[in-house]
Amino acid sequence: MDAQTFNARVATPTTRLVGAMAIVSLAWVVIGGLFITPKDVDQGDAVRIMYVHVPTAWVAYLAFIVTAVASACWLLSRKHSMGFDRVAGASAEVGVVFMAMTLLSGSLWGRITWGTYWAWDPRLTTTSFLLVTYIGYLAVRGLGGSLEQRARRSAVIALLAVLEIPLVHFSVLMWRSLHQKASVLSGDGDIKMDGSMLTTLLVGVIGFTMTFAWLVLHRQRVLAMQDAMQMTQLDAALRERADESKGLK
Amino acid sequence: MSTQLSLGRVARAVAAKDLRIEMRSRVVVNQVFPFAGLVMVMFAFALDNDDVLTRVAGGLVWLATLFSLIVIIQRSFAVDTADGALEAQRVAGLDPAGIFVGKALAVMVQLVTLEIMLFVAAVVLYRVQLHADGAVLLVTCVLSATAGLSLVGTLYGGLTAGSRGRETLLPLLMLPVVAPVLIGATRATESAFTSGGAAVSDGWPWVGVLVVFAAVFGLGGILSFGSLIEE
Repeated sequence: MDAQTFNARVATPTTRLVGAMAIVSLAWVVIGGLFITPKDVDQGDAVRIMYVHVPTAWVAYLAFIVTAVASACWLLSRKHSMGFDRVAGASAEVGVVFMAMTLLSGSLWGRITWGTYWAWDPRLTTTSFLLVTYIGYLAVRGLGGSLEQRARRSAVIALLAVLEIPLVHFSVLMWRSLHQKASVLSGDGDIKMDGSMLTTLLVGVIGFTMTFAWLVLHRQRVLAMQDAMQMTQLDAALRERADESKGLK
Repeated sequence: MSTQLSLGRVARAVAAKDLRIEMRSRVVVNQVFPFAGLVMVMFAFALDNDDVLTRVAGGLVWLATLFSLIVIIQRSFAVDTADGALEAQRVAGLDPAGIFVGKALAVMVQLVTLEIMLFVAAVVLYRVQLHADGAVLLVTCVLSATAGLSLVGTLYGGLTAGSRGRETLLPLLMLPVVAPVLIGATRATESAFTSGGAAVSDGWPWVGVLVVFAAVFGLGGILSFGSLIEE
């Protein structure tokens, strides 16, 4: 692909639409989450962290799934289209940010409601392992080499992570169930939720998902440009060497 | 040569080669084994309580094993990448899955030897007690856990082998993956030692986890090792 084919303006009607939807729904979450929804009977204002915490957790896991699926598509597709690889990479980068936000907002919420920043709950532990695995995945992407090498290595790493995470989750689950009868998080499931709270949470999930889509769309386009630039520079360097050797003759 | 060597023959040859190099160079025996012993002593300094040491002995043995695993894996691939031997093996047409299994086998032999030493150290330094029924559990646990550790270590070692700066990436990639082994092997070992009031029978479900782990990553490694070492 030639670098000149890229337009300087990277937005398209699709990304603009996604971006606008993200802004509108996030604005709704801010207003609904901070002002309209009632306080929780037990948690008071602390429950408002939920409107950020739950959507970011959802997006983080979604990002991980997108990376895994895009990696599998790259490996299985006959053409090995680099688009799959770039979507996998972009999604992982955004996923790391959202996963860190999930852990941060979760531990602040935990401090207020459980009295502790951290509990060795299977869900928490698995999420933190997912974060570390993702960071490792991004490090593998940064190892250098050809685009093909980067794509192949990182795709395998992403799929190995799919093997790893259920094993980590299951072993932590088994570990905790043997040592600690009731988990701090259990019992949260049957909380009765006010209608406006549920709506705000739902809009939050939609808004953060739109933000994720917007970020990934733009990020993979930037990655495409970086890749194209790398190729152009390589071509230029090759031409230069060729010219040099012509001059010598 | 037209006939392709079978996976088993490649694995045996590669494992024999790695172990022969170790027999002649004695790098793991002379450097990694003392390092692991040192770690065991350092744990005692850090925890500074006989009862606590006895209680957590199983976990400390496996932590020392994990630290040593990092060094052993780096060594295992250092001998192959130094002279481009890994590429030579690929160019020679060896099945990458065979190379993977062979290197993992060699690592496993070295690790099991190391673990025997560490468990003796735990009995001597940390005053743990081992009974006959616990010993059966312990041996099964050591074999299944070490298989998983060697397979994962070789898999990620293959990825990080080679050019500069990648060695530092190995622990970051490998340690999160082997976390289930640390949990499972530690619980099973505590049961074998009956430390903290654990019963020997509590340990067997964990051995099941360790076996599943080794099987999953053994299969994953056989399928993907070729892609990872390809340059």
